[in-house]
Amino acid sequence: MRLEPIKNPTLARKLAPPMIALFATIVIASLLAMVAGANPFTVIGLILKGAFGSTFATLETLNRATPLIFTGLAVSVAFRAKFWNIGAEAQLYAGALMTVLLGTGVLPWPSFAILPVIIIAAILAGAVVLLVPALMKTRFGVDEVVTTLLFNFIFLLFISMLLEGVLKDPMGMGWPKSARLIPEARLPRIVDGLRLHWGFGLAIFSAICIWIIQTRSTLGYEMRAVGLNKEAAAFAGIPVNVVIVKTALLSGGLAALAGFSEVAGLKGSLTLDLSPGFGYTGIIVAMLALLNPLGVVVAALFVAGIFVGADSMSRAADVPTYLADIMLATALLLMVLAIMLTRFRVVRE
Amino acid sequence: MTKDAVEALSLNNITKRFGELTANDAVSLSVNVGEVVALLGENGAGKTTLMNVLFGLYTADSGTVRVFSETLPPGNSRAALDAGVGMVHQHFTLADNLTVQENITLGVHSLMKLSLGRAAAKARITALSKKFHLAVSPDARVGTLSVGERQRVEILKALYRDVRVLILDEPTAVLTPQETDDLFATLRLAIKEGLSIIFISHKLHEVMAIADRVVVLRHGKMAGGVDTKDTDKNALAAMMMGTEATPPDVSPAKLGAPLLALRNVTTPDSGSIPILKSVSLELKAGQIVGLAGVSGNGQAAMADVVGGVLNPRDGHVVLGTEIVQKWTPRIAVQSGIARIPEDRHKTGTIADFDLVENAILERYSSKDFSKGGWLNWHKSRAFADRIIDKYDVRCPGSDTPIRLLSGGNMQKLILGRVLEANPQIILANQPVRGLDIGAVNYVHSQLLAARKRGAAVLLISEDLDEVMALSDVIHVISNGRLSPEFKRGEMTPAQLGLWMAGQGFQTDTAHAS
Repeated sequence: MRLEPIKNPTLARKLAPPMIALFATIVIASLLAMVAGANPFTVIGLILKGAFGSTFATLETLNRATPLIFTGLAVSVAFRAKFWNIGAEAQLYAGALMTVLLGTGVLPWPSFAILPVIIIAAILAGAVVLLVPALMKTRFGVDEVVTTLLFNFIFLLFISMLLEGVLKDPMGMGWPKSARLIPEARLPRIVDGLRLHWGFGLAIFSAICIWIIQTRSTLGYEMRAVGLNKEAAAFAGIPVNVVIVKTALLSGGLAALAGFSEVAGLKGSLTLDLSPGFGYTGIIVAMLALLNPLGVVVAALFVAGIFVGADSMSRAADVPTYLADIMLATALLLMVLAIMLTRFRVVRE
Repeated sequence: MTKDAVEALSLNNITKRFGELTANDAVSLSVNVGEVVALLGENGAGKTTLMNVLFGLYTADSGTVRVFSETLPPGNSRAALDAGVGMVHQHFTLADNLTVQENITLGVHSLMKLSLGRAAAKARITALSKKFHLAVSPDARVGTLSVGERQRVEILKALYRDVRVLILDEPTAVLTPQETDDLFATLRLAIKEGLSIIFISHKLHEVMAIADRVVVLRHGKMAGGVDTKDTDKNALAAMMMGTEATPPDVSPAKLGAPLLALRNVTTPDSGSIPILKSVSLELKAGQIVGLAGVSGNGQAAMADVVGGVLNPRDGHVVLGTEIVQKWTPRIAVQSGIARIPEDRHKTGTIADFDLVENAILERYSSKDFSKGGWLNWHKSRAFADRIIDKYDVRCPGSDTPIRLLSGGNMQKLILGRVLEANPQIILANQPVRGLDIGAVNYVHSQLLAARKRGAAVLLISEDLDEVMALSDVIHVISNGRLSPEFKRGEMTPAQLGLWMAGQGFQTDTAHAS
């Protein structure tokens, strides 16, 4: 027996993997819920209810999805060009750092200019953080998987140093925490009285922009060409290294927006626990979305829904929240498996 | 052959289908002990499929394989090897970092034995290489050997395993005419020792020279089987192609000014491809310049320099009358150079891109297809559709991924892509490799048409016949050096062969000083 690729998959075959993965994930989660001694239908129902069961729950899920959309986009853009950016976590913190540096009252400009300036500065900060590994790759051939991954730890320690030192809030009662943003530097809420902030709007807008760039612009064309066949791209005259650097700048900037949106939209200050691994989860989001920028939005909502839903399910059904992590992991693995099974057919010799 | 001939191997009524395509249609082939049978056919005629059936890599839909009267179980890739059938592939299967002896003995000796028996193995290899005139040192590292020597290692590898049937797949593609003669001498010795040989080729004069019998495949079917003494080259060509071969029409064209020249170009040594050594070349309007040579003698570097991929370390590229300062693929395209790359799968196209995206690959950033960084898909699609129409690219539509196309149709898209811009200079690097006869004629006619309208063509090919048929002037490339210019008909293949083997060149010391 051997596998033979299906040459021209139909639309149904292309859409099948996420559906199969979703279904199988629910089955496996149900089994685990039974092991934990709970009724699987109750557990799945509680997760759904906890994620989308009320306006409050839904908006909470959207809030949680916001940074994941940004990091998911960052990863999908980079992976599309086969630039393996594992460092969205560091770029996220770079954006967050820039936000508190500029957002705590140092800018002398009128209030309407403050947010745009911070956004641009945050994007630049994330871009610069990823520029270093990108240049090391294009100049010296250093593997970006290693550099971007290790940079996460370096940058987190750097933030920790700042929060224990110069950035430490004098009013913070000794906690390693920055000063709070001034009100003009905060992202307003979309609807008064509800927690959903404009970071979500910015995320959706970014996803649409990236989709347009990838399908319509010469840069998107170059990025796809470099990702699919570097040798042919170079032969055709596409400046491969320039494209990789541009991709890195775009990817780093997107990941930095996650940090900006979390600080300016939700937390109001910078702490070391700003991101529970949004940068890494972004990789899962991007893979679940098959690197499609609009798919990233859907995948981020799915992942955020599982996390938010599992939190509330855990309180009601006494099943550990780790179920959420397991569901994500199985969803990703099953997605990869389902892609293989739908793109290949088994041939019996 | 003789009446008491012993059958060594026979393939009986082999049929193999791939979906719609019948790659082998009731093909039969047998070889007796002490006989050379040539398997002749164009690219895509089904030769490789037949060999894959023999070696159990494919299971035939019907038909049987017999080796020395034993029927081989289908689909077992060890069966043929164990029965004493060995194959020397066109692309060698040697480990560069191991020595000749290690390559030859690899996989023969049990890993469980404590002693490797190196001395005995070495003695045996030396004896074999003496007996069959396969001069190669057992201790040499394969990475340092020439292509001809590597082929000898491959043959030794088969002989070391006591093969009784030896299959050679296009063995002369990488050899000079003189090396080919040496190979044939070795093969004749092998026959005397009682081996049987299947010789796969599409070169008629070689088949006539070495084979006792010829089996001709055409489009997967048996087009005939004859003794070589009862036939001649023209009859074989007719059998192979279905019609008498017509030589391309090379009526004289008007010779114009030089459009592109290389002046004493030496390429940097990156370690990956052989370099050019102080090469000068002129491409004139209305002329096809052929570059003949054994594969891996600097053709890749030459194509890269002309195509803008590689910058000379010393010397200049001259466009018209101007020395080029900055030289990139994009500048080469903008300067009107049409580039047909050697490997259409790896460098010519992007497999997962559709025909539209591949059609604009070289010129997506020009104002024909984009404006201010945004692509104009409408114009791009119209361009791709025009190529599909005009160059007869067979495909379900312009939104088909190009990997679904056959090699010939892929090449037609590349031709259309570069010729639609009315290029003045054409770089054709192995333009017909792997194409069927129809596509070959089409590509050649397009090159000749371009020559007629005043384009300068550089034709790089490892097929000496192709170079001699099309070129107005020929240069031979050998070890990175370029021979003087030879006019059409000035040299015989044998004379060119001497140049290909490196004779006639001035010694390197002149450049070293």
